[in-house]
Amino acid sequence: MKKIAVVDRARCVACGACRKVCPRTAITMYKGCYAEIDREKCVGCGLCAKTCPGTLIEIVERGEV
Amino acid sequence: MKQRHWYDYLWLWSLLYFALGFFNILFAWLGMIDFLVPLFIALIGGNKAFCNTYCGRGQLFQQLGGRWKWSRDVKAPRFLSSKWFRYGFLTFFMTMFGTMVFQTYLVASGGRNLTESIKLLWTIRVPWGWTYEAGTVADWVAQYSFGFYSVMLTSTIIGLALMILFKPRTWCTMCPMGTMTQMICKIKAKEKL
Ligand code: SF4
Ligand code: SF4
Ligand code: SF4
Repeated sequence: MKKIAVVDRARCVACGACRKVCPRTAITMYKGCYAEIDREKCVGCGLCAKTCPGTLIEIVERGEV
Repeated sequence: MKQRHWYDYLWLWSLLYFALGFFNILFAWLGMIDFLVPLFIALIGGNKAFCNTYCGRGQLFQQLGGRWKWSRDVKAPRFLSSKWFRYGFLTFFMTMFGTMVFQTYLVASGGRNLTESIKLLWTIRVPWGWTYEAGTVADWVAQYSFGFYSVMLTSTIIGLALMILFKPRTWCTMCPMGTMTQMICKIKAKEKL
């Protein structure tokens, strides 16, 4: 897996829209504050990034984070 | 395809709510569930399980905008998810809510007569008298019904407009309930607001 999702935590509204669409259940909500991506599970498919109502998720090369 | 659970159908509740209020405005009180439950979950559980799993409103937007594609599905303006706009809208919303509660108080204390209409987008009065027979309950109980139904319908109208224009759940970035519950969670988790 080369790519991974990265959440803009400061702006995330913790709505959970991304969590609902993730096919790998790689997303959890950290105490109702923001979305967290499980590095082990994420396959970088980009579904979460497409769904996020604030467009606050970026899909980046794994080496970058 | 992921397995669907009973709570994945709560968007039907959102629709039912507006249907009920179209026939009898007193059903508007049921909307208090959508107001109090998220706050209790945030206060006691310290999470946004309501937004994340149970909110019928968010589901409705995802259903119509996502599944049925009634959404342009393009990036929303960045300011909509900015802190100042979200907290600003929450403040505005709560001020309008307070005004509505105050009007209910005026009716209760006899300072004002019951107005059998709803107000859309805080400005447009729409007659709604067929949904209520005068004298069924105390006037203030009826007044609050009209007021609360207006709040629910107004936010849904804005949400639907945002759904069509941008992403299905764009409303969720500025939703006062979402902002309020996240604030509570952040305070509890000692995160920066
Ligand atoms: S990129 Fe795909 S796998 Fe990774 S968190 Fe987003 S939806 Fe899940
Ligand atoms: S969809 Fe976007 S705003 Fe909502 S929880 Fe996920 S990252 Fe945060
Ligand atoms: S942000 Fe508002 S509309 Fe969206 S899921 Fe939460 S309570 Fe429902």
